[in-house]
Amino acid sequence: MQNSMESTYPAEWHEADRLEIQMLGFWIYLMSDLVIFAILFATFIVLGQNYAGGPGPKQLFDLPYLFGETMLLLTSSVAYGFGMVAMQQEKKNAVLAGLGAAFLLGAGFVAMEIHEFYGMIMAGHGPSHSGFLSSFFALVGTHGTHVSFGLLWMAVMMIQLLIKGPTVVVRSRLMRLSLFWHFLDIVWVGVFTVVYLWQVL
Amino acid sequence: MEQTHIENTATEHVSYKNYITGFILAVVLTIISFGLVLTGIVPKQLAVTGLFVAAAAQIAVHLYYFLHLDSSLSQRWNLITIAFTALLLFIFIAGTIWIMHTLNTRMM
Repeated sequence: MQNSMESTYPAEWHEADRLEIQMLGFWIYLMSDLVIFAILFATFIVLGQNYAGGPGPKQLFDLPYLFGETMLLLTSSVAYGFGMVAMQQEKKNAVLAGLGAAFLLGAGFVAMEIHEFYGMIMAGHGPSHSGFLSSFFALVGTHGTHVSFGLLWMAVMMIQLLIKGPTVVVRSRLMRLSLFWHFLDIVWVGVFTVVYLWQVL
Repeated sequence: MEQTHIENTATEHVSYKNYITGFILAVVLTIISFGLVLTGIVPKQLAVTGLFVAAAAQIAVHLYYFLHLDSSLSQRWNLITIAFTALLLFIFIAGTIWIMHTLNTRMM
């Protein structure tokens, strides 16, 4: 009885039930995040052709560069997945290697995006220039911010894994970060299709 | 001791093979998308359709191979919530495009 008073979960629940409900809760958060992205996509689709006399997608976007960014994020996602397989096999060092690779590849993605943004803003094509650029920076910037926070989370998890080891709590957090990281790659598929490729076409 | 409880829940489908298959499919679909735009060999209207088909296929690949979403019992609620969210996204995006498009035509 005392046990059920302290916990927010019924006492008869097992660790597995708790993990499952936490994963579903995080999944529902991701769905709400998807709604934010949907609104930003809708804004971009509406404003994306308003160049206000400024440069359009054909002048601004470098598709081979974008392909590089896309590959970095995809391989980062797969590297994280390899880390999760290693976690299942109880290989702590392999988990750390997977997370480390995912972190570096993700950081490469963010660095490339910052470089792209910096070049555009320095050339005078910042978010205040036109409706197209405002909605571009809002959407792509929101995604980039998510990836950056994902990297911060990943760094924290690597430290926790080193200090605490693969405890139940650390493993459950790693599984939710896995959802977050793969989810951001899915949003990126929408971004490179709608924002870049469709507009250049 | 406690750690063994987790084994049979959400990690049950995870394998290197899954991730490698997903990765190869995702790379192929990405190359198709970029190829449609960079080569310019396909007529524009067809290329736009191709882009969205490739994107939808790639999202499905990511969901199945990376997020392990399928019709199994353990994924039931994840599937229901994502289906509901997909409906919401359709209303938001298609609704916005519809409203702004008619507004534009009436302002002409």
